[in-house]
Amino acid sequence: MFLSMNWISDYVDLTGIDKLKLINKFSLSTAEVENEIFFKGSDIKGVVVAEIKEVNDHPNSKKLHLLKVDAGDGKLTEVVCGAPNVRTGMKTAFAKVGAQIGEIEITPRELAGYVSNGMCCSEKEIGISDNHDGIMEITDDVKNGTDLKEIYEIDDIVFEVDNKSLTNRPDLWGHYGIAREFAALAGRELKPLETVDLSKYDNLPKVDMKIEDNLCQRYSCMQVRNITRSVSPVNMRIRLFYCGMRAINFLADMTNYLMLEMGQPMHAFDSRKIEKIRIKRFDKPFTFKTLDGVDRNIDENTLMICNDNTPVAIAGIMGGLDSEIVEDTTTLTLESATFDAVSIRKSTVRLAHRTDASMRYEKCLDPEMTVTAIARFIKLLTDIDDKVEVVSSLTDEYAVKYDKINLDFDKKFVDRYTGIEIDNDTIIKTLKSLGFGVEYENDKFHVDVPSWRATKDVTIKADIIEEITRIYGYDNFDVNTALAPLYPVRPAEEKNVEEKIKDILVKRYSMHELHSYVWAYYDEYKELGIEVEDNIKILNATNPNIETIRKSIVPTQLCQVRYNNSYAPDFAVFEIGRVVDGMTADNLCNEKKKLTITMYSKTKSMEELYIQLRDILCVISDDIKHKPLAFEKMQATHSYQHPKNLNAVICDGKAIGEMGIIHPVVSKKVDKKANIVYAEIDINDFADIKNDSIVYSEPSRFPGMEIDVTFVSSVFAPIGNAVREENCKWIKDIKIVDTYVDDNSKSITVRIFFSDSERTLVKDEVMKYVDSIIERLEKQGISLKK
Amino acid sequence: MTDKTSQIKQEFFEKLKEVKDIADLENIKVQYLGKNGTVTALMKDMKTLDADMKKQFGQVVNQLKTEVSNAVSDKFEELKKAAVEKEINSMADFDVSTPANLERGSYHPITLVQRECEKIFKSMGFTVEDYSEIVTDYECFESLNIPKHHPARDMQDTYYLENGQLLKTQTSAAQNAIYKKYKDALINEGKPIKAIFPGRCFRNEATDACHENTFFQMEGVMVDKNISISNLIFFMKTMLSEVFRKDIKVRLRPGFFPFVEPGFELDISCLICGGDGCPSCKHSGWLELCPCGMIHPEVLKAGGIDPEEYTGFAFGLGLTRLAMMKYGVKDIRDLNSGNLKSLSQFTDDE
Repeated sequence: MFLSMNWISDYVDLTGIDKLKLINKFSLSTAEVENEIFFKGSDIKGVVVAEIKEVNDHPNSKKLHLLKVDAGDGKLTEVVCGAPNVRTGMKTAFAKVGAQIGEIEITPRELAGYVSNGMCCSEKEIGISDNHDGIMEITDDVKNGTDLKEIYEIDDIVFEVDNKSLTNRPDLWGHYGIAREFAALAGRELKPLETVDLSKYDNLPKVDMKIEDNLCQRYSCMQVRNITRSVSPVNMRIRLFYCGMRAINFLADMTNYLMLEMGQPMHAFDSRKIEKIRIKRFDKPFTFKTLDGVDRNIDENTLMICNDNTPVAIAGIMGGLDSEIVEDTTTLTLESATFDAVSIRKSTVRLAHRTDASMRYEKCLDPEMTVTAIARFIKLLTDIDDKVEVVSSLTDEYAVKYDKINLDFDKKFVDRYTGIEIDNDTIIKTLKSLGFGVEYENDKFHVDVPSWRATKDVTIKADIIEEITRIYGYDNFDVNTALAPLYPVRPAEEKNVEEKIKDILVKRYSMHELHSYVWAYYDEYKELGIEVEDNIKILNATNPNIETIRKSIVPTQLCQVRYNNSYAPDFAVFEIGRVVDGMTADNLCNEKKKLTITMYSKTKSMEELYIQLRDILCVISDDIKHKPLAFEKMQATHSYQHPKNLNAVICDGKAIGEMGIIHPVVSKKVDKKANIVYAEIDINDFADIKNDSIVYSEPSRFPGMEIDVTFVSSVFAPIGNAVREENCKWIKDIKIVDTYVDDNSKSITVRIFFSDSERTLVKDEVMKYVDSIIERLEKQGISLKK
Repeated sequence: MTDKTSQIKQEFFEKLKEVKDIADLENIKVQYLGKNGTVTALMKDMKTLDADMKKQFGQVVNQLKTEVSNAVSDKFEELKKAAVEKEINSMADFDVSTPANLERGSYHPITLVQRECEKIFKSMGFTVEDYSEIVTDYECFESLNIPKHHPARDMQDTYYLENGQLLKTQTSAAQNAIYKKYKDALINEGKPIKAIFPGRCFRNEATDACHENTFFQMEGVMVDKNISISNLIFFMKTMLSEVFRKDIKVRLRPGFFPFVEPGFELDISCLICGGDGCPSCKHSGWLELCPCGMIHPEVLKAGGIDPEEYTGFAFGLGLTRLAMMKYGVKDIRDLNSGNLKSLSQFTDDE
C-alpha cells in the first residue's frame, strides 16, 4: 500500500520533523516500509500556468500547431505543440525555457522548422497521472505565471508499506489510521476527521434496508442526488494516483478516496436498481455478472447484496454490472458496511477474485467506522459539489456488535514482560496517543481498547505490552541476560549416535553426507527400474511426480549415485533422514529415522566392497556401543535388492537394519561398470541398544602361543563357533590368515592365539584344546586340510 | 722378536689401508686379534721366553695389540660414518610441489551450521531436541494459536497427507510437545525450559533459486518466571554474534505471528557492508533474519504452562538460509541436489 505524506499531514502537523526519520521509525515500530521512498515532484521545476492566446496551423505538419502563450511574464511566447486538445483561451501547464521535467531540461528547440520556446505538458509528463491524451486542462480562475506547485500538491513524499505486515492491523488500511501512528511516534496531536452531522437529515425518509444474514455485521446507507461533477479535483486525483489508483470519474474517485483515507470500502448503487436492500445468501448456486463484466459463480455460502430477491452485488467484494451508476442515474445509494471477515476471505478464495475492498474486509474492519465514513463522504461530496442533495436520512442496522475489550494489569506485569523500566506516565501517554482509554488507580491500569483495534488485533494483556514497547522503541531497550538457575544438560542418546556416525563415516571412511527429499521420485525411480512402493500419499502435491512418501532412503540415494556416477571411480555417500514405514494402529504415520549408506566402486570387486561395508558397520557398532554385530541372510522384498548377499544387521540380538548389494537390473541402470552396495540402519533402534562399558584387561607379561589350523569349509561361522564353544580362557583371539579356493573346495586357515596372564603356556596343554576344536568340527563334516 | 712385531705392525697398517668395508675390517680383525690371529699368536709365543724377556717383550706385544685394536675401532667408526654419509647422499629429493591427494569425506552444510548453532546453545545450557517431520494439525497449527480458517494458515502452503497429518511447515510444530515434556520440571523443580529444536520443514511451493519445498529451521524457546523482551534481544544478539563470529547489530521490528505476542522480525546489520548499504541488503544496511517473540499465552496454556506465572521467548532461525549466507551458496536447490561437485566441498568447520 502506497502512502502519501501530504495526506497523512492533513491529520497531524508534522512541521519541523524529519519525515524520513519518522518513516524509518514507523518501519521499526509499526509496519515494514519498503526501501524505496518516492520524492514526488522533485524532478519538476519551473512549470507554470499559461494561457494559449493564439493557435495557428503548422505549415509543414498536420499534427503540430504554432501557439502563442501567455506565461504571465508580460509577453507572448512562441511554442510548437502537437497536442490534439489545444484551443485558444485554454489554460495549461507550461514548462518554460530553463524548466525541468524529469530528466529533461527545457531549451529552445526547433520542431519542423519552427523554434519552440518551452513545452506545454500533459499530466503524465508532470507525473501526476497517466493521462497523455493531451495537454493538461487548468481552470480559468488561476493567474497566468503561477507555479503549478503553488496550486497543486505535486511535491509529496510517498512510501510503500508491505501489505503482509498489515494483516493483523485493520486500522492501518487507510491514511487516517497511519496518521494516528505517526502522531503517536512524533508525539503530536491527531486531528479529528471533518465530517457532517448526519442528524440534520433525520427528518428525511429512510432507505428500505434489512440485514437478513448475520454475516453482515453492520450496514449503513444513505441516498444522494444531483451529482453534476464528473471529474475530480486535481489534488484528489494526484493523491489517488500517487497511491497507485487511476482516477475514473468523480463518484468512483470519491469512494476510492474514502477507502484510502479511512480504510472503509464504500459502494454507490443506482438507487433505481436497489429500492429494497436485502443482505442474504441464496440456497442455490447461480451466475452473477460483476461490474467488470465477468460472469462469476456464486454458491450458497456467498453473501449477496440484493434488491429484494435480485442480487446486485457480492458483499464486500464487488458490485454488479446491472446496478452500476450510468449516464442517466440521478439518485444514488451509498453503502458503508462491515461483513464477517472469514466469510469474505473464503468467498474471495472461492471466486479467485481479490479486490481492494475484500482485502480490507478480510482484516476485520471496525464496524464503528461505517457511519463516520458516510458522514465524511457527505462532507467531502458537498464541499466539492455544492449542488448535491441528500435525499434520505441515515439508515443503519447494526446486527453484530464487536466485543468491547477492557484489560486490567499492573506495573509489575509490564516490568516482567519488558525486563526494563518504563514509567507509568510513559505507559499512559503511549496508550492514550494510540486511542486507548486508560485509567490508573491503586497501582492498576484499566485499559479500554478502541473499536478499531478491538476486532481481532488487541485482545489480551500481552497485546498491550506490544503497544507500549513498540512506541517506546526496541532500539532503546537495555539488553540483559536471563537470571535463571543452572542445571546440567544431558544430550539424547539418539543425537549422540547420529553425530558420532557422521564423524566416523566422514573422517574415517571419506564418505559424503547428502540430503534427499522425503518423497519417492516417480520419474527417476522409473528410469532406474525401481518400483514406487505403496505408502501414504500427499493429498495436494502440485507435482504428481512426488506424491508418495518414501519407505526407504535407498532408492532416493541410488538416484543421487547415478547423478554422480562420473564424480570419481570410487565414492560413498550417506544420509540420516526420515522414511514412513506404513501406519500405526491409530492411523498415524510410522515415521522412522534411518542411516543409509551407498558405496560405489569401479576398482574393487563386489566382495571386497561388500566386506568393506560390513567392516564399516562393525566399526560403528564397536566404536559407539562397544558391541559386535551379527548378520543373517534375508529374503529380498524390494525391487532394488539383490536376492543374494542380503543380510539383516543384528546388534544385541535385535535386527537394526540390513545391508546388501543392488539388484543387477537396477545396478546396471545406475552404472554399467560399477559395483554398488548399500546398508540401511534404523537410528532409533541402534540408539536404544545399551552401551557396553569398556572392560579393561591387562595384557599378559608372558609370551602367548599362536596355532595355525586349516579347515576345508566354505564359511568361517562354524569354525568361529567351534572355537567359542571350546570356552577356553586362554583363547584370546582368532584370525583368518589365509583362504584358498580350488576347483571343488574352499579352505580357511585360522590362527588361534593362546595366552595366560600368570605363566608361559606349554604346547601340549594348548594342543588339547586345538584337537578338541578339530574333533568338534569333524563331527559337523568339516575336516582338516590334508 | 721385536723385528717380528714391527714387521707385523707394518704389514697390518698396510692391509688396513686396503680396507673398503666393514666385512674387510672384520676379516683383518680376525686375522690379527682373533683366536688364531697373528697378534694372539705372539702372545702364545711369549710362553717360551724367560722371565726378563717375557716382561720386555710383553710390553711390546701389548703395545702392538693396543695399537692394532685402536686402529681397528677407529677404522670401524670411519667406515660407519662413511656408510651413513653414503646413505644420506644417495637419498633422492622428493617433489612436494605436486598436487596433494585430499581424499576425504564431507558433511552436508546444514550439518555444519546446525552443529555450530547447537554448540552455542548447549554452552548456554539449552537442550537439543529432535522432532518428527510428519506432525498433526494440532501440533503444527492448533496448539500454536492458529485455529482453522486463521489467515496465517494461508501464508504457509502445507503438504497434507491422506490420513490428515501433514509435513511440518515450521519447527514450531515441536513447541507443544516440548512444553509438555519439560513442564513438570519447570513447575515442580523450578528448572527453566531451555531448548532448541532443529528440523526439516516443508512448504508446498514451486522451487527456484530462492525457494525450496524442503528446508531446515532451528527453533528455540526459553520459559521461566521472568523471561523478558530484554532477555530475548540479549540471546538473539549473543547467538548471532557467535554464529557469524563477529559483533552483530540487531534490531527488532513488530511482526505478526500467531504464536507470539509481541512478535518481531529480527534484522541484523548487513554482513557484507556492515550497515552502510550495498546490493546484497538492497541498500538498507539490514538483513531480515529471524522471526521471534514472546510466547503467546495461549501457546503456553496449550503446553500446560500458566501464562500468568511464566513467560518465555521463542525464535525461529532459517538454517538453510544461514548456510547459504555463511558459505555463499546462491542457489538453494544445490543443497538437496545431491551433487558431489558442490557438496563435497564442505569439510569440518567447527
